[in-house]
Amino acid sequence: MDMIKYTLTRLGYMIVTLWIIVTATFFLMHSLPGTPLQNEEKLPPLIRDQIMETYGLNDPLPVQYMNFLGRLVQGDLGKSLTYDGRSVTEMLLEGFQASSFIGMQALVFGVVVGLFLGVAAALRHGGLLDNIATIVAVAGVSIPSFVMAGLLSYWVGVKWQLLPTALWGTYEHTILPSLSLSFFVIAQMSRYIRTEMVEVLDQDYMKTAKAKGLGRQAIIFRHALRNALIPAVTVLGPLAVNIITGSLVVETIFAIPGIGEFFVQSIQVNDYTLIMGVTIFYAVLILVTIFVVDILYGIIDPRIRLAGARE
Amino acid sequence: MARRFRISTLVSLLLIAVMVLSACSFGGGDTETKNSQVLNLAEIQEPPKLDSAKTTDVVSSMILGNVMEGLYRLDKDSKPVLGMAAKEPEVSADQLTWTFTVRDAKWSDGKPVTAHDFEFAWKRALNPETASEYAYILYPIKGAESYNTGKGSVDDVGVRALDDKTLQVVLERPIPYFKDLLCFSTYLPQRQDIVEKYGDKYSLEVDTMVYNGPFIFTDWKHNQSFQVKKNPSYWDKDTVKLEEVNWQIVKDNTTLVNLYNTGKLDFTKLTSEFIDAFKDDPNTFAIYDGSSWYLEMNQTKDFFKNRKIRQAIQLAIDRDTFVKGILKNGSIPAGGLVPPFIKASGVDENKKYRDLVKLEPEFDPAKAKQLWQEGLKELGLTKAPTIELLGDDTTGAKANLQFIKEQLRVNLGADVQITSVPFKERLERGKTQRFDLLVSGWSPDYNDAMTFLDLFTTDNAFNRGKYSNPEYDQLIRKSKENADFKERFQDLKKAEEVLIDDAAIVPLYFRTEMAVKKPFIKDWYWSAIGPEYTLKWTYVETGK
Repeated sequence: MDMIKYTLTRLGYMIVTLWIIVTATFFLMHSLPGTPLQNEEKLPPLIRDQIMETYGLNDPLPVQYMNFLGRLVQGDLGKSLTYDGRSVTEMLLEGFQASSFIGMQALVFGVVVGLFLGVAAALRHGGLLDNIATIVAVAGVSIPSFVMAGLLSYWVGVKWQLLPTALWGTYEHTILPSLSLSFFVIAQMSRYIRTEMVEVLDQDYMKTAKAKGLGRQAIIFRHALRNALIPAVTVLGPLAVNIITGSLVVETIFAIPGIGEFFVQSIQVNDYTLIMGVTIFYAVLILVTIFVVDILYGIIDPRIRLAGARE
Repeated sequence: MARRFRISTLVSLLLIAVMVLSACSFGGGDTETKNSQVLNLAEIQEPPKLDSAKTTDVVSSMILGNVMEGLYRLDKDSKPVLGMAAKEPEVSADQLTWTFTVRDAKWSDGKPVTAHDFEFAWKRALNPETASEYAYILYPIKGAESYNTGKGSVDDVGVRALDDKTLQVVLERPIPYFKDLLCFSTYLPQRQDIVEKYGDKYSLEVDTMVYNGPFIFTDWKHNQSFQVKKNPSYWDKDTVKLEEVNWQIVKDNTTLVNLYNTGKLDFTKLTSEFIDAFKDDPNTFAIYDGSSWYLEMNQTKDFFKNRKIRQAIQLAIDRDTFVKGILKNGSIPAGGLVPPFIKASGVDENKKYRDLVKLEPEFDPAKAKQLWQEGLKELGLTKAPTIELLGDDTTGAKANLQFIKEQLRVNLGADVQITSVPFKERLERGKTQRFDLLVSGWSPDYNDAMTFLDLFTTDNAFNRGKYSNPEYDQLIRKSKENADFKERFQDLKKAEEVLIDDAAIVPLYFRTEMAVKKPFIKDWYWSAIGPEYTLKWTYVETGK
């Protein structure tokens, strides 16, 4: 019962948060100079007004806002103003397929490698492996993904010709983009896991577990790793959303038909419907992820679930 | 045990990595020859609108130019040649009534192309509800403007299909470039039944439109790629040699060059950072993009109302160095407003306007300095105010602004402050005269000097510096109505000379882009106006 109440309250907060985001974006976006018209530079002012009228863009802002909310409640994100007549929902879903595939692949690879690297480093605390893991982590965090993407595309794609330089179509096309995105995940994961593991391994209950006669694997996986996962899960949520919603630069460098580009391009051309579409899409993903992460905490650490329920 | 576990995981991870890498194909680059009539090209953006009544962008217009055909199409010299028109039209003595015969041609679904398809498409573009951003290109047609602006009726628009084969067009006023206009996207025909059948889905996918051009649109993966194939029902199909053309949508310049170097693309444009790398490559070529770039001076301010001040600025910028040292893309230094590819229309169809009207950029720092001082004296100033130079915020644009600033500082001692803003903001500020100096560009709408020269009449919305000269206004006004095309040409020439003599603007350069293509591509014709290129005559030189 507590759990249901907790969930419903959280859901309520999510809707309010979303509404605030939508409203803020709507008004900020309309404060940008210019119109969504493509041939704006050349249009005679009279004709421009008339076209704006056709799209309902001459109405007072509050009216436009209410119209927009009305459509949104019905689940209609409208049609793109740049890609004339194409439904924003359709565009986002199409683009999301590519972006999320690359992102998920990068995430799984990054988490697995990061996890092993982190655990291995913690177990060999201060040793050679630990140092290597540190170097990898520092490099992964400080080298931006677009530099990785550029380097991979040039060396693996152009110089060695092992994998396609860019473009989209077959599975091979997904490897380099995923790799370039995964370095950051590896770095983040390995650092968090390592730090936590080192701390957890020093705890008294580890000695207790050892004294009980448990095997080393059982100790590491059931007791140490599980505790060390909590901070990792916290960062993983938003990190996952960031990665699966596409990276503008990585998608540009590898010419991937993802949604990363919409985030920037829609703003440059004042495509109002598309701006709102990507904002809502991204916000919903983030909110849901944070929610899921909260639930996950409960599974990993029962103390958090109780604390949450008691409130 | 524990240690073995750790090492074994690392080893297995490495193995996985190696397997993943080795499982992939070792596809190398193609060679420099080809055995099929297939081209692999690239565009930097997804075509946003393939509805010819509404389209405004370069990519859509290029595709339409290859899968559709209007009454005329542009040939290798950017001259209009017969397309859907069976023969040259009958033109009335007053140059106002044009009667076209539509040739026996078929749409890709087998139905005949008729005069009604043209009447429907043009009137649809003019319908205010269509909200076409290029409808004004149809304004030379009688009654078009008043219908488009909601004042007139569709019945008064001067285009009528007299029967299935005969199209009669009545113009508002005589123009020497009407045939060139007929090559423009907005003048393409459309099928009423298809447009109505698909409604707002029309032209969103390859199968929601029909084609009458040399190619048909066969595949379109949004944001990724598109493809055309030879149209077997095209009236002139024997001329068309290419079987298939694929475009990838690639936005990054480095990626484009990488793909070209690995043989995945047969062509790429080159941005300035790659010019040096390709400078010895014999396969590079220049593409005129048609635009003319210039500096506007805000003449609502007393300082720039002074003619000597404006003349000083005009003389103080070394446009040769600008083009060679900063732009480095093959652009041409400008001494006038009208670019070199514009025809001497109405006078000599084989000559260019610039062949007959020479205006070289003048650079004279000493004279500039003297005029500057005289100007200051006339204004009663001892020192010039700080000048705000407004331009775009792209990397290239910033370098350009920096150069102009330096020229004015060194040659005039002027204190210039640069403001770089996003494109839409620049338009907004330009429109509301919030600048001192403004870097502006203009692309032609049709192949005649008028598309540039009417910008600077007193009441033109794009005259952002608010230059005003009754003599200039009069010359342009007269030319718009003048059926004597020889006299019209002389008046336009005069107008441009007045414009430069008055230093209404400072012409900077005519923009060019560099590109590189594989040597086996032959007869690929580019145009600075209308569809960017046509592939109708293009072929692959096979088996070298």
